[in-house]
Amino acid sequence: MKIKSERDFWAGMMFLLVGVAFAWGALSYNFGSSARPGPAYFPFGLGVLLALLGALELFKALTIESDGGDPIGGIAWKPLIVILVAVALFGFALPRLGLVITLPLLVLISSWASDEFSWKATVANAVVLITMSWLIFIKGLSLIIPMWPTIFGAAA
Amino acid sequence: MDLINNLMLGFGVAFTATNLLYAFGGAMLGTLIGVLPGLGPVATIAMLLPSIYALDATPALIMLAGIYYGAQYGGSTTAILINVPGESSSVVTAIDGYQMARKGRAGAALAAAGLGSFFAGCVGTIVIAAFAPPLTELAFKFGPAEYFSLMVLGLIGAVVLASGSLIKAIAMILLGLLLGQINTDVISGVPRFSFDIPELTDGIGFVTIAMGIFGFGEIIANLGRPAEHREVFTKDVKGLWPTRQDFQDAWPAVLRGTALGSLLGVLPGGGALLAAFAAYTVEKKSRGRVGEVPFGQGNIRGVAGPESANNAGAQTSFIPMLTLGIPPNAVMALMVGAMTIKGIQPGPQVMTSNPELFWGLIASMWVGNAMLVILNLPLIGIWIKLLTVPYRLLYPAILSFCCIGLYTLNNNNFDVYMAVLFGVIGYAFYKLHCEPAPLLLGFILGPMMEENLRRALLLSRGDWTTFATRPLSAGLLAAAVLMIVVVSMPSIKKKREEAFQDEEA
Repeated sequence: MKIKSERDFWAGMMFLLVGVAFAWGALSYNFGSSARPGPAYFPFGLGVLLALLGALELFKALTIESDGGDPIGGIAWKPLIVILVAVALFGFALPRLGLVITLPLLVLISSWASDEFSWKATVANAVVLITMSWLIFIKGLSLIIPMWPTIFGAAA
Repeated sequence: MDLINNLMLGFGVAFTATNLLYAFGGAMLGTLIGVLPGLGPVATIAMLLPSIYALDATPALIMLAGIYYGAQYGGSTTAILINVPGESSSVVTAIDGYQMARKGRAGAALAAAGLGSFFAGCVGTIVIAAFAPPLTELAFKFGPAEYFSLMVLGLIGAVVLASGSLIKAIAMILLGLLLGQINTDVISGVPRFSFDIPELTDGIGFVTIAMGIFGFGEIIANLGRPAEHREVFTKDVKGLWPTRQDFQDAWPAVLRGTALGSLLGVLPGGGALLAAFAAYTVEKKSRGRVGEVPFGQGNIRGVAGPESANNAGAQTSFIPMLTLGIPPNAVMALMVGAMTIKGIQPGPQVMTSNPELFWGLIASMWVGNAMLVILNLPLIGIWIKLLTVPYRLLYPAILSFCCIGLYTLNNNNFDVYMAVLFGVIGYAFYKLHCEPAPLLLGFILGPMMEENLRRALLLSRGDWTTFATRPLSAGLLAAAVLMIVVVSMPSIKKKREEAFQDEEA
């Protein structure tokens, strides 16, 4: 057995596993009957269908030739990790440190994901963005967002 | 005349100062994101959804609609000037438009695109106004079985016309439907797939999914590619007004494009993209003036036809959303979400329960299109300047607005973490060549579909044949099956692949 299309193989695998997981998870709820469908009825059916399609895709990936094996290719680890860490950190820090510290932090960290990183442009960008966010979200839309670290007591 | 009365009501609503302002804001923002590479209408509308909590329903929807058709205009600008289609529907515009720009006729190309789109937008608005009421009446005859079948047809229709593998696209719909199952069951009150996380019992917010997959996923994918070097025709844009000859060449193409676009836009999943492709093919096949520039080398018909078609299609794709509550594409799915946020149940009753919203929105589309011509033609210089904004400054800005938006959804950082998770998933989809748009459609329709399925089965006492024995429902399902069969046929399959290969090239 040889994988003929790498992308299709992993896509099929993903659909198969997610489908089975949902169908299996649905079993812990009341299935009901066709005349009185319970909470498990629809998700179970969908999960089974998805698993079937996943299996079909897997079968295709193992039997039908594709150009050069259709490889997934390199994964952009640096942007993937940097961007997502920056966002997660934003979520963690915003209620604690406030927007004035958190937003520049987000801009600084995420800018580092680019190959053309420069300190000057990034700092300028952060200043512009914090000003714009303050104008749009706090002044314009009057959303309630913590601005300063809670230790200063300003958030209270 | 009902039509006139309704439109009068609509224009009355659209011409209030607030609504004019929001239509203008939407059109402006739409053009902006259409011009800026790497930022599409789906991500933008998702970014703005948190802010519409503060607005009334009518201005909110007027603004979102403006973003959608504004992006079509902006997308064609980049297609013509830098050969990078800002939106998928302006892919074909780039073929001849860019060649015109290289020959120093960027102004004529932009004018043809702008004026053609305006004309198409006007016709599209009238088509919506004329066809929405009868369709709405038809929709009232629908029971749960018909609604379920209609949603099946809508979802299938949305993917057979999308690019890529059909199996993957249908699997993505199912995945979306399943993600929509993470909630509290409406009928029995049982929390499902929530892993005892209280935030999950209300379901995943569709803003979270849209931002994670379309916003973060795309940024990561863009950064993973080597930086492109673009050639921008900034100084060549003069002589905006097309010559008399250009007008004579372009107007039949505009008419054909508008007709095609209005027709195809109504089909589920049709919308702007298919309309533009079809119009280009028609223009290529139809005979032009003797001695005109060949296609692919800067023929003005190759710009005017598809541009009119995609704008007409963008307008008429509002019809299924407004009359039936069924979104034909991802942007419409977000509009349905926005209506729900504002407490309006999308569906045929919107026209009678919220006539100001319904007709105001339609009239505002005409107003918005007129604004776009003004925004785009004389102010083209400003938009061209924006083309030079480098992506390394742009993406931190997108991230910032997404993050603030996510946090303010519920004033809770849980949504931010969820979006991170969907960012990973979105990047995986990108790597595995799985289109994410069908997932969003499935996610939005999931709960509605389940409710209608269960109600239909309750009514028929568990008899599944109810979907096949009720004539309307059977017809809708048959149409869905037919679509799958047709695109699976070898000869059509090959054509379909060729068409999408052109798009990628």
